[in-house]
Amino acid sequence: MGPLQFATTSARFVLRGGKAYWIWIALLMALIVWGVLAYIEQVQVGLIVTNMRDQVSWAFYIGNFTFLVGVAAAAVVLVIPAYIYHWGPIKEVAILGEILAISAIVMCILFVMVDIGRPDRGWHLIPFVGHMNFPSSVLAWDVLVLNLYLVLNLVIVTHLLYRGMQGRPYNQSLVVPLVLFSIPAAVGIHTVTAFLYAGLPGRPYWNASILAPRFLCSAFCSGPAVMVVLFQILQRTTNIAIKDAAIRKIAELMAYAMFLNLFLLGAEIFKEYYSATEHLIHVQYLFTGVHGHHALVPYAWAFVGCGITAFLLFLFPATRRNVVTLNLGCLLIYASVYIEKGMGLIIPAFTPDTLGEIYVYTPTLHELRIGAAIFSIGFLVFTVLCKIAIPILTGEFAAARTTAVPGKTQQWPAEAARAATH
Amino acid sequence: MPRTPVEETCGAAAGLEAEHTPEGLSRRDFLTTLGLAAAGILAGCSPEAREAFLRKHFRELSPAEVETRLANLHADYAKRFGEDVSISAAPAREGVVYGYALDLSRCIGCRRCVYACVKENNQSRDPQIQWIRVLEMEKTKGIDFETANPYYNPERVPDPDHFYVPVACQQCRTPQCTEVCPVGATWQEPDGIVVIDYDWCIGCRYCMAACPYGARHFNWGEPHLPQAEFNPNLHVLGNRPRSRGVVEKCTFCIQRVRAGRYPACVEICPVGARKFGNLIDPESEISRILREKRVFVLKSELKTEPKFYYFYGI
Repeated sequence: MGPLQFATTSARFVLRGGKAYWIWIALLMALIVWGVLAYIEQVQVGLIVTNMRDQVSWAFYIGNFTFLVGVAAAAVVLVIPAYIYHWGPIKEVAILGEILAISAIVMCILFVMVDIGRPDRGWHLIPFVGHMNFPSSVLAWDVLVLNLYLVLNLVIVTHLLYRGMQGRPYNQSLVVPLVLFSIPAAVGIHTVTAFLYAGLPGRPYWNASILAPRFLCSAFCSGPAVMVVLFQILQRTTNIAIKDAAIRKIAELMAYAMFLNLFLLGAEIFKEYYSATEHLIHVQYLFTGVHGHHALVPYAWAFVGCGITAFLLFLFPATRRNVVTLNLGCLLIYASVYIEKGMGLIIPAFTPDTLGEIYVYTPTLHELRIGAAIFSIGFLVFTVLCKIAIPILTGEFAAARTTAVPGKTQQWPAEAARAATH
Repeated sequence: MPRTPVEETCGAAAGLEAEHTPEGLSRRDFLTTLGLAAAGILAGCSPEAREAFLRKHFRELSPAEVETRLANLHADYAKRFGEDVSISAAPAREGVVYGYALDLSRCIGCRRCVYACVKENNQSRDPQIQWIRVLEMEKTKGIDFETANPYYNPERVPDPDHFYVPVACQQCRTPQCTEVCPVGATWQEPDGIVVIDYDWCIGCRYCMAACPYGARHFNWGEPHLPQAEFNPNLHVLGNRPRSRGVVEKCTFCIQRVRAGRYPACVEICPVGARKFGNLIDPESEISRILREKRVFVLKSELKTEPKFYYFYGI
């Protein structure tokens, strides 16, 4: 099988689906079109269509970017046990974590692209072609590590799928070193992104050494939450062999991460309120509002409330194993981290601004539309890649190959699929 | 990647060839051209758009290329604002590092400096951009940003219970804004002025997050500058009209000071609160103030080491 046949076979998988699948694709496409129209207007008129201004010069887009770096980094939670320890249940689904990482990084890059004032000059960032300010600028580091991480995951996923489609085992001497490297790379993307903020002495809300550890902890909550929900969907809609043990193990890891996440948040809140220096005002703007401005207060208590509830649901084995409470917990922790990174990380750092002015920021419809479009693109990438990966993982493809009629005839047991992919 | 409408330099017809001939086709040019050709962007573009897209970093331009760039800018501004335009790329003068001092006991908060600055530096009038922000502070609190009010509007200034602290770019010796720029579009010149290459800035606004003084301003919308209010004495790194989507800031009026004049805010100040000069020259007024007065800088704990000093003269 050559690359061309790989592409055409993949395309055939993608174009094959039931009514629900096409409704899902149509919904995503509609949101993408709606958002692209908003983006075209933003390019024509300028970032003035957003509610960002000199006082709050980064906001919704960069918050989403930060959140999604966390989702991408959390693929490592699945990769570490799967590949290093040859630990059974997770191994067969680790590839899905990598696909999630690819989708999340694509969204990250798009959120940065829509935030810059001159996207036509994006090439200035390309090393040797443009003029990258490396190593001085942490943003230059971030561009490098994010792209590296994207390429890394693309190479791993493409190789696994290509070999899986051929029915051959993957190349150990290629995949193992790359996977080993992807682990520090995943920690790296989130650490560098945290340093992007923590390295600015002029923004005391960010200028804390606890920021990078907090980023990693929250990432290990939100990323696996997506995976747990996704695995259950795949359990029900496909023949992919995901064991309950795998899901339980991830849920247990999440409970530890949630505890650390809350603990570090508490440590920061204690330090700010007990020392009560001039830096406290940013935390106050988030949690209680200052000088009559309360725009972020509902978000603050929403993410704290969701975070604590999710932690309690995951703490007790009974609720962690119950399907309803498990999924409720996943939803709550995802919402908690999304609100905390999206609204709680960027905006309070700029409010009040460096000269003490309070500019109350809330996103405009343009920002929400563009954000929805980027999430839809991410979901689309994820759907398409899963559509290719799942038949290979289930052995459906191997079956199709022997009879030369893709997508029809009998299905092989998952055991055979595992033998084929590994 | 969507292409924004070509900005102010559309008038440059000869652009691409003229800028690239001096050294022949370098590796950098080759890679640049190759990448773009592959993207298929350039094929349908006008020469002006191509020139604007492929334009090099200001500090990588050869002297001949700087001349071409100035000629192109001149042609463009002449077309938009009238023939009476002069644009310079005057470099820093030898043995000069500029410093600024502001006498807080004299400042009356009249904001004449704010508007003189806007007029001199061709800031957008709509949306309105101002490089100087005058903060009204309570006398009982001292310098406290949390209780400062930039939107004070009494019948008469100065208000007896308040004093005024004008803040613009502090021209730091160790600027955090230049350090964080991912594309090196902003840097400190040998005479200490922090400048921006408006042709290279990608508008990521990391510098605005880094600046502790709110000195950097972004062109959120298309800048509007009425022809009648255009200042035609321009510097390529200073007051030339900016495009949408780039950051701008105070340059100590680089177009004036490199020609031996005072910044506009120093000239306009009705109470003589603003002092300016060469820090290296021991006989300059700024050196005398540093010697004889007791000065301080804003947010000294951040180690930005500003060359903009405040003092109480009386």
